[in-house]
Amino acid sequence: MLTKFGRWVSLVPKRGFSTSTSFQKGASEEGVKSMNLCSAINQALHIALDTDPRSYVFGEDVSFGGVFRCTNGLADQFGKKRVFNTPLCEQGIVGFGIGLAAMGNQAIAEIQFADYIFPAFDQAITDQFCFQIVNEAAKFRYRSGNQFNCGGLTIRTPYGAVGHGGHYHSQSPEAFFCHVPGIKVVIPRSPRQAKGLLLSCIRDPNPIVFFEPKWLYRLAVEEVPEDDYMLPLSEAEVIRQGSDITLVGWGAQLSTMEQACLDAEKEGISCELIDLKTLIPWDKETVEASVKKTGRLLVSHEAPITGGFGAEISASIVERCFSRLEAPVARVCGLDTPFPLVFEPFYMPTKNKILDAIKSTVNY
Amino acid sequence: MALSRLSHRGVGSTLLRPFSARPISSDATLTIETSVPFTAHNCDPPSRDVATSAPELLTFFRDMALMRRMEIAADSLYKAKLIRGFCHLYDGQEAVAVGMEAGITKRDCIITAYRDHCTFLGRGGTLLEVFAELMGRREGCSKGKGGSMHFYKKESGFYGGHGIVGAQIPLGCGLAFAQKYSKDEAVTFALYGDGAANQGQLFEALNIAALWDLPAILVCENNHYGMGTAEWRAAKSPAYYKRGDYVPGLKVDGMDVLAVKQACKFAKEHALKNGPLILEMDTYRYHGHSMSDPGSTYRTRDEISGVRQERDPIERVRKLLLTHDIAAEKELKDIEKEIRKEVDEAIAKAKESPMPDPSDLFTNVYVKGYGVEVLISSNYTALEFYRRMDIFS
Repeated sequence: MLTKFGRWVSLVPKRGFSTSTSFQKGASEEGVKSMNLCSAINQALHIALDTDPRSYVFGEDVSFGGVFRCTNGLADQFGKKRVFNTPLCEQGIVGFGIGLAAMGNQAIAEIQFADYIFPAFDQAITDQFCFQIVNEAAKFRYRSGNQFNCGGLTIRTPYGAVGHGGHYHSQSPEAFFCHVPGIKVVIPRSPRQAKGLLLSCIRDPNPIVFFEPKWLYRLAVEEVPEDDYMLPLSEAEVIRQGSDITLVGWGAQLSTMEQACLDAEKEGISCELIDLKTLIPWDKETVEASVKKTGRLLVSHEAPITGGFGAEISASIVERCFSRLEAPVARVCGLDTPFPLVFEPFYMPTKNKILDAIKSTVNY
Repeated sequence: MALSRLSHRGVGSTLLRPFSARPISSDATLTIETSVPFTAHNCDPPSRDVATSAPELLTFFRDMALMRRMEIAADSLYKAKLIRGFCHLYDGQEAVAVGMEAGITKRDCIITAYRDHCTFLGRGGTLLEVFAELMGRREGCSKGKGGSMHFYKKESGFYGGHGIVGAQIPLGCGLAFAQKYSKDEAVTFALYGDGAANQGQLFEALNIAALWDLPAILVCENNHYGMGTAEWRAAKSPAYYKRGDYVPGLKVDGMDVLAVKQACKFAKEHALKNGPLILEMDTYRYHGHSMSDPGSTYRTRDEISGVRQERDPIERVRKLLLTHDIAAEKELKDIEKEIRKEVDEAIAKAKESPMPDPSDLFTNVYVKGYGVEVLISSNYTALEFYRRMDIFS
């Protein structure tokens, strides 16, 4: 059993990142630099602090650069009054951010791992952010009849598997937040996306939870424009055209899905791949148009399948495209178990699982 | 003492044999003064004079040296990628785990955060269980399913092993409630760090514990850095023993195993009579917060070596053993050599332990036989998935 397990572990697919052809055009342009996702985030934060004197970055250990080094150099350049460490208290961090944002500031809060965001849940959801976010952040504008809001709040937090993160450093809690009207949930797939989307999130007048795929911090490298640019929220992107089946995903999962698309192509199946980017409010039209064309849908995410955001996409598309569907919607997701430590390779929605589901959906 | 009995049966007695010939009888009570006085908040501090004995001091030395060696070995295993995931080492803080056990019994409960390897060993865990769990093997204390942060030992009241900062404190108060309700005459020690001391849930739990006079002792292991942030940068008042306001507190030199023992004994008596108490253990971790933290960017190397020279818990006991003529330098060196061997043997054995069976991925999510099947994907049942596992992953 030991050797068998060892072999399985070694078969875990290495992750690249998802690059669409349109991105590669930038490679030869001026003012473009090759960088990883962590540096792209860092650059977006530099620009945000530089362009708006009322913006602040704070969280656990961020003035030293944070555990993932995403905030490196910010405190040196913008001072400890705008880039500062907080005590170790997630509810406090988000609650404080809501207050700061309510006074018209851009509060950019970091929660060190998405797994730690739950103490802040109430804050975010209330005013448009989780407890703090769910009850304080998410509902602030609504319950004050638009007198107040904390639209300046952006919560950055690393999510997802990292190969060996175990129970509390690997979870993907995005679906919890998608159940809360009043907040937006955004997840980038690559460095260029991360920079443009983060700047949009910071400047969007709604509170936003921005999940960063921690697996890609160092691994994903691409050409990123050095200037100040924003990518639209709530707009999905077709990153690969196809005619037989539509695949929808977000964040780090897209690279795995892309590999599955390439393998399916070898077997004569043409897959269309869509990056959702913003989970709420999500771009139903782009997905709907694609499914009406292909007649089939597969959704994939790392979070457990039951109650995952894939369920919402699946239901909405069945409502909109029922008569056009040629097969049941497939979901290839994390298992309904706690995120495992030694069993991570089994838990993950791997390329082969996706390929298998593509084939069975197409041959339904 | 219990630790040696449980995990190194037989070794203790051979070690003690040479000393019976010495002028000091091994059972004679020694009285030793703590390094510094206790500082109390809203209570009378216990005496600085701690009763101990030659065998107890030797056990302290051995247990702490074993913990130190174990953590250093874990560090190497991590660097060799045999341990994956998150790993937080305890070296420097050994006196807290060892002194606490000396002041209480296994009927008392302990619950701690993620820096839990040595606390588990103190509760009677074995080296094999530690290393096997760290490497995700079947013989680990959580069957290889927990890893570094999730050690448990139910039979001796060790409730883990918790990954979320501060989350174990309210749980500890729940344990104490159960103890009070069933009139166990036992208490719960809920350990947390100076970083967690700023979590709101600590104060919620403290209020409940005080309101209902629960036999809960909240132990703040103050190693002065919450991850990379110094205590004074994160806490308006770093006097954690006073932060319970209406709950009494005691500040203890957490590098002095005898002071810890005295304080825990005192705390247990207090809690059984009067309800909760906060113990602040002034201690120090030599390693960084976790394996990804070199531990030298937010504090100076001089600071670390200064603590090693002046306050090291093992060196303190070594000195006591030598000055009281309980053991000779060479005998202590021999103990350390033996420990080294014991650790190496445990590692070798742990490496031979198999990985958990892949089907264990689906066990312990829910109770078996209650009509719950783990959903795998919309396309497969668990059974199908298991059959095709090698294709999927």
